[in-house]
Amino acid sequence: MVLFIVRRALQAGLVLLAVSLVVFTGLYAVGDPADILLPDDATAAEREAAIVALGLDRPIWTQYGIFLANALQGDLGTSFVFNIPSITLIFQRMPATLELALCAMLIALVIGVPLGLYAGLKPGSRADSAIVTGSILGFSLPNFWQGLMLILVFSIFLGWLPSSGRGETGTILGIETSLATWDGIRHLILPATNLALFKVALMIRLTRAQVRETMPLDFVKFARAKGMGESRIVGLHVGKTIAAPIVTVLGMELGSVIAFAVITESIFAWPGMGKLIIDSINNLDRPVVAAYLLVVTFLFIVINLVVDVLYSLLDPRVRLGRRA
Amino acid sequence: MSALLEITGLETHFHTRAGVVRAVDGLDLAVRAGEIVGIVGESGSGKSVASFSVLGLVDPPGRIVAGSIRFRGEELVGADPARLRRLRGREIAMIFQDPLMTLTPVLRIETQMVEAIRAHERVSAKAARARAIEALARVGIPAPAERIRAYPHQFSGGMRQRVAIAIALLHSPALILADEPTTALDVTIQGQILYEMQRLVAETGAALVWVSHDLAVVESLADRVCVMYAGRIVEEGPAEEVVAAPAHPYTRGLLDSLPGGALAGARLRQIPGMTPSLLDLPPGCPFAPRCPIATAACASEPPIVAIAPGRSVRCHAPLVRQEAA
Repeated sequence: MVLFIVRRALQAGLVLLAVSLVVFTGLYAVGDPADILLPDDATAAEREAAIVALGLDRPIWTQYGIFLANALQGDLGTSFVFNIPSITLIFQRMPATLELALCAMLIALVIGVPLGLYAGLKPGSRADSAIVTGSILGFSLPNFWQGLMLILVFSIFLGWLPSSGRGETGTILGIETSLATWDGIRHLILPATNLALFKVALMIRLTRAQVRETMPLDFVKFARAKGMGESRIVGLHVGKTIAAPIVTVLGMELGSVIAFAVITESIFAWPGMGKLIIDSINNLDRPVVAAYLLVVTFLFIVINLVVDVLYSLLDPRVRLGRRA
Repeated sequence: MSALLEITGLETHFHTRAGVVRAVDGLDLAVRAGEIVGIVGESGSGKSVASFSVLGLVDPPGRIVAGSIRFRGEELVGADPARLRRLRGREIAMIFQDPLMTLTPVLRIETQMVEAIRAHERVSAKAARARAIEALARVGIPAPAERIRAYPHQFSGGMRQRVAIAIALLHSPALILADEPTTALDVTIQGQILYEMQRLVAETGAALVWVSHDLAVVESLADRVCVMYAGRIVEEGPAEEVVAAPAHPYTRGLLDSLPGGALAGARLRQIPGMTPSLLDLPPGCPFAPRCPIATAACASEPPIVAIAPGRSVRCHAPLVRQEAA
């Protein structure tokens, strides 16, 4: 296990290095930030001074080298736009996105898995068709449209829930979060639901397919032949068998929800990382974009590691640290 | 003495889109306490479905549509599911064909054995564990106290089948249904398991129904053999007698296709054709289209002919006639 984690850490370093290179080159190719940052009537001298100040006059390899050397010291550059360290900027926005993403995944888990389980246990029943049809809607209706409909129905027609912003935040365990206040939770419900709908559909599909695949297997029949009750068979024998793939997909989806909550954050004016990155791309705020991508890469690496460890705990046939 | 298990006129059908598959179609079978009965037939003859019917474990779209299964006089067809659950594993145990698939891969052997004990008895986890270890020792698993912590994939196929047998024997059931338990194993392991089963059944006094496609295996093990074809029994009798002098042309065909009896180097004979589709069985004798001695009479339902005490055959023209009648 220790060996496994050490090796994973080394791999993570290589991945981050590769990503930083790609990100840096990509951003360099996209455009010149000086064009956007400077007012149109800037003189050539002002322009020159700005370029030197931002370090854009040096060759790309030197720029990359400086970037890398600073990054190793935890400095991912200073935002061209806000003039504060980009990493600080990201960490300011991160709790909002994380709480949104985690709530969405929680909703997906507690709604999607039981529905999928029920549908999978009673294939062909009316409830099954209803659940599957519902999941098709969750899959195929565009996310932004779902968001707008949620606002229309729950904020405008019914007036139950606020449609934008984070509301009042409080601190739990030193983290600033909307979950600490009732107002914050009210603000969180719609965006979290919006973000969760697709994942709920995915969880339903996945769980249902896994259950249908597992139920006809011999070991289920053998457990029945031992005289086991159906609840224990489903809860333990089938449940643990299908848990591993579900955890894997949940982990991957969590990463993507954190990284790409952009649409939901835009619709609900949620002050998270997604909105920050879109703004930064528009402004060609290179240090922020680069730092954001590296942070997201790091999150993915951590999530994957956690998933791998969980997987090995759930399925004894999987052993960590052994090459496949 | 009344039978431990008495099946009469059992019909288990599968209602599929293509039509009704009559997997078991009028099965009569009686098993006495402590007896070893072999059920022989080709794939698709309904032998596995018959044993699942007894436990009420036929998967949909399969359904018992007619007949009766009495266990110690108690009707099991249409019985309360909770009652069936209490019988399963405790009074009637089952061993499956593929040992690689019968144990839940993600649970330790210990978990699977302890839960089997506690499904029927209120005992502490510790006592259940001790009993499980004892059961593993009884089926010849070395170092059972350590091995019980292992997961199924850490055992070989033969060892896993031993674990399955140990689980089946946990509650000293009166009846064990074994559905081709040695088919998936290699020959040496097969011999060991057969030997163990015989010994364990003799020790515990359980009746054993051994389902197999292998007449040779059944002959060496069973007191009585029933040959199944297209969902019903076509010949029944003491194992040695049936093998020595088969009365049904199908049994004859099965025996001829076994190596060993024939002269070395001689071609083995095979039964022409395939098991009929159970979707649309011809009227009359279902074996008639493949039967070398079929006559026009075979288009009508064959009668059950008693040849000797405990020996009967369902055929218009049995190869063995009633002796000294």
